[in-house]
Amino acid sequence: MRYLPLTADDRTAMLARIGAASIDDLFVDVPEAARLDGPIHGLPNHASELAVERHLSALARKNTVADDVPFFLGAGAYRHHVPASVDHLIQRGEFLTAYTPYQPEIAQGTLQMLFEFQTQVARLLGTDVANASMYDGSTACWEAITMARRITKRGKAILSSGLHPHYVSVANTMAKFTGDVLETAAPTLTAEPDTASLIDKIDGDTSCVVVQYPDILGRIGDLSELAAACHANKALLIAVVTEPVALGALKSPGEMDADIVVGEGQSLGVGLQFGGPYVGLMGCKEKYIRQMPGRFCGETVDAEGKRGFVLTLSTREQHIRREKATSNICTNSGLCALAFSIHMTLLGEAGLRKLAMVNHTQAVAAAERLARVPGVEVVNRSFFNEFTLKLSKEARPVVWQLAERDILAGVSMGRLYPGEDALANGLIVAVTETTTAEDVEALASALEEVLA
Amino acid sequence: MPRYFTEDHEWVDVDGDTGTVGISDYAQGQLGDIVFVDLPEEGKELTKGDDAAVVESVKAASDVYSPVSGTVIEANGDLGDTPNLVNDDAEGDGWFFKLTLSDTSELDGLMDESAYEAFVAKL
Amino acid sequence: MSINQSGWRPEMAEERRDTTVTATGNKALMLEEALIFEIGDTHTTGVDIADAAASASKLGGLERKAEIGLPGLSEPETVRHYTRLSRQNYAIDLGLFPLGSCTMKHNPRLNEKVARLPGFADIHPLAPIQCVQGALELIDQLAHWLVTLTGMHSVAMSPKAGAHGELCGILAIRAALEARGDTRKVVLVPESAHGTNPATAAFAGYAVDNIPANQDGRVDLAALKARLGPDVAAVMITNPNTCGLFERDMKAISDAVHAAGAFVYCDGANFNAIVGRVRPGDLGVDAMHINLHKTFSTPHGGGGPGSGPVVFSQALTPFAPLPFVEKAADGSFRLVEEETAEEHHGQSFGRMVAFHGQMGMFTRALSYILSHGADGLRQVAEDAVLNANYVLRSLDDVLDAPFGPSGPCMHEALFSDAGLAEGFTTLDIAKALIDEGYHPMTMYFPLVVHGAMLIEPTETESKAALDQFVMALRSVAERAKTGDQALKSAPHFAPRRRLDETLAARKPVLVWKEPALAEAAE
Repeated sequence: MRYLPLTADDRTAMLARIGAASIDDLFVDVPEAARLDGPIHGLPNHASELAVERHLSALARKNTVADDVPFFLGAGAYRHHVPASVDHLIQRGEFLTAYTPYQPEIAQGTLQMLFEFQTQVARLLGTDVANASMYDGSTACWEAITMARRITKRGKAILSSGLHPHYVSVANTMAKFTGDVLETAAPTLTAEPDTASLIDKIDGDTSCVVVQYPDILGRIGDLSELAAACHANKALLIAVVTEPVALGALKSPGEMDADIVVGEGQSLGVGLQFGGPYVGLMGCKEKYIRQMPGRFCGETVDAEGKRGFVLTLSTREQHIRREKATSNICTNSGLCALAFSIHMTLLGEAGLRKLAMVNHTQAVAAAERLARVPGVEVVNRSFFNEFTLKLSKEARPVVWQLAERDILAGVSMGRLYPGEDALANGLIVAVTETTTAEDVEALASALEEVLA
Repeated sequence: MPRYFTEDHEWVDVDGDTGTVGISDYAQGQLGDIVFVDLPEEGKELTKGDDAAVVESVKAASDVYSPVSGTVIEANGDLGDTPNLVNDDAEGDGWFFKLTLSDTSELDGLMDESAYEAFVAKL
Repeated sequence: MSINQSGWRPEMAEERRDTTVTATGNKALMLEEALIFEIGDTHTTGVDIADAAASASKLGGLERKAEIGLPGLSEPETVRHYTRLSRQNYAIDLGLFPLGSCTMKHNPRLNEKVARLPGFADIHPLAPIQCVQGALELIDQLAHWLVTLTGMHSVAMSPKAGAHGELCGILAIRAALEARGDTRKVVLVPESAHGTNPATAAFAGYAVDNIPANQDGRVDLAALKARLGPDVAAVMITNPNTCGLFERDMKAISDAVHAAGAFVYCDGANFNAIVGRVRPGDLGVDAMHINLHKTFSTPHGGGGPGSGPVVFSQALTPFAPLPFVEKAADGSFRLVEEETAEEHHGQSFGRMVAFHGQMGMFTRALSYILSHGADGLRQVAEDAVLNANYVLRSLDDVLDAPFGPSGPCMHEALFSDAGLAEGFTTLDIAKALIDEGYHPMTMYFPLVVHGAMLIEPTETESKAALDQFVMALRSVAERAKTGDQALKSAPHFAPRRRLDETLAARKPVLVWKEPALAEAAE
């Protein structure tokens, strides 16, 4: 077995040192009835590297690769080009095979990277501080709701109808058990986000309003008034960003006075990976840091006075605070945070802004082209790199028909909102720098045929 | 001004019906460098034994229980910027909060200074 | 006379002077590296992007005008920055990483390679399922292995990490209890448990009570039985436990818990010690998470991502979360999501996460599992336990092993700080190990042992590697027993000396600020 270095002679010598007659002697504490006397039946034995690679490659070939087809899927996971050096660097063994930096003297690489990541994220989101990552956007969103509950000591959260339905689902699941009250609603296929109606819902029991920016349909609303309305009622504004590249073009939620901003960082450095692992971004105003979940890296000095970094404010966390911790999160998404940070460093502000503008202008051009297809209407008045089409037919079968022609047309709202008939004709279309004019043309002409 | 101690290492100074609460010098020594103190808000009603404050070192967070019942009238704002006051002067400038006692008879169950010293000596 | 090819002449010794200080702060291969905010600027970029065609903005008048403050670097500078940073980290690739309870074993590179196949890495989670049949099949295959290896009934694949898996298990238990109208409020957790256990129970809305341990480091069965009652929803047990011991009474514990109408949650963080030799399903477990980044070697990555699938007993299966993969009669695979949950899985407690879980980790874990096979996985457990016992018995004459006399350990060896010289602690031993070229063991955990040192060598260490580690730790332990003051200031040779954690916590600096701004904020 290529991964196991002990030889038969080693094992014999080691058992002798231990004073055990056989390996079974080391498992004496297992109740006899539960001991297995050999390899579990019905499972294959070990296999060569070649055999395993062939097996997995065969599975991989059964999937439609985004790069091989005109591709317009988004809705919380976006396809962007990741520079080759990102993947090279995260595979350095010193990053890949390190543990959480509990021994800071020999983990300055990870710690400095996290400090840089926290600063990049805080600046991108427009918050004072950011933590060292969460699992993903959806879990970060729920954590933000619980954080608002702890800060305001109120239990009612108002969720925008434009919040990603999976994020709403996650919050609903958790709220059933924690007793939090969530006000939710399904979106409508209208040009503007639901900001105005959210403002009407805020009252003295509201802990927070959760709003996605841009929202699930791709619409963009100014958050300033909403923030002011929240604050007038001593509630918090939580903004959710599922496409961080958007913040290279759009005013950040922090600049509009959001209190907590969470996001899905997958767009930068991480790749699609069928939904995970991704990286949750989480920032907030400085006054709330002690209610934040997750890890923080902080600056300090060593015994010789040299600058160094450590994990800090750990008393919020489960390994110290146990049942009184701000969250049960332990392992987060360190390597994905590294990928995000490297990609962001390669881009820099100039690159990020340029990338964002390329996304936006290509999306604008695509929306204009698709709007000319008979039976297609663009719903949005505003958008970044994703917009919603209202088709003359139910969108889901259209997506399947186009998939048969090797075009991945977008995410049908029927998939995201099963049973909501008013949304069934909605199709969410994402356009990034990886989308070519030919791709758009292919989608437009295929739609034209299918909708005819 | 009489000073009373609990077995959980809180102390309370009593002046009329006003009590000043902190943790003992022995306790701060056990905790090590204090980095943060979470204090109760003014107006908070406390029953004897309630969690009243949290005192944090780098690797530990400890609850501080109210030695008596009463209403919080002031928290020591200096601890926000200089939590090390608890290390430097636990039984003086490092006090945590003041409260109005609702039942002075509760003091009967607490230790005086010499009883506390004897208690700590046995730990 | 032999010719000295190194160019070294004896008189050079006299020419040497104190060279601990250099102009750059670097020490040969140990290179200092500034922050990106100090070496980059907002105009530089390492990515060539064509200018956007001019077009009307649809941004709703919300253009970002103020500077964001994100520095950029060219590609060569970027590669150098992160390569230099990487070299300040210890890692499994560099040496033995005996961090107890964390299972730092070799990460096979085949796993990295297959996870990057475009057919797995470049597919969208919301693609029509007919376009991702291979991905669903892979999840189904891994699920089959996990269910079979644990002897359980079903598995939820979506939890993002171990603690998230714990939450999944506890939520399923709560859903099952509520389905029968039972409103039990308490979860019992041993004092030796990972902090995630009580935190999870609290996060799911439960009160937490402790289960006492007995003299030999295991759950006190009699005390547990006495505590069980109609208020107890679940008992969370780690097995093998965090003292590195198998809970001999596990079956009796499960029986007692079930008799009291409660459920058994097993923290599977230490499954690597028993995989292929024991099936938790045979011990009465109702739910258990499996850390794919521990038992099945997906890389820890400096703190994640992890992956925490949860296996369930038959009793809890109806309550498992959405989504999951199902094989249809025609051999195709489908996803059971909210849409079809009503008819297929009406009692599910719901969705825990957007999309379907940590696909990138599933690929790696299946690659690891197929490589080992049923026979190799059994060998994994045996070698992990053998290595730990070898360390235990090679050191128990010089370090106090509180549970050593009670018999063999499982995959990790536990020592205490008893017998060290006055004023010397576990921390000093840990920091001295850094100078010897090792990552320290887990310190001060579990909480039930004073000054705990928890050593988990894992099965991927050779005997020679263990012998050298034992030699190093013996040396350090002996110095701590004789009171060698040099230990108190260790590490001496790491990129940094001991760091001031008190300062970091008292005045948190969590983001970089331009020096002028930082000064103004003081």
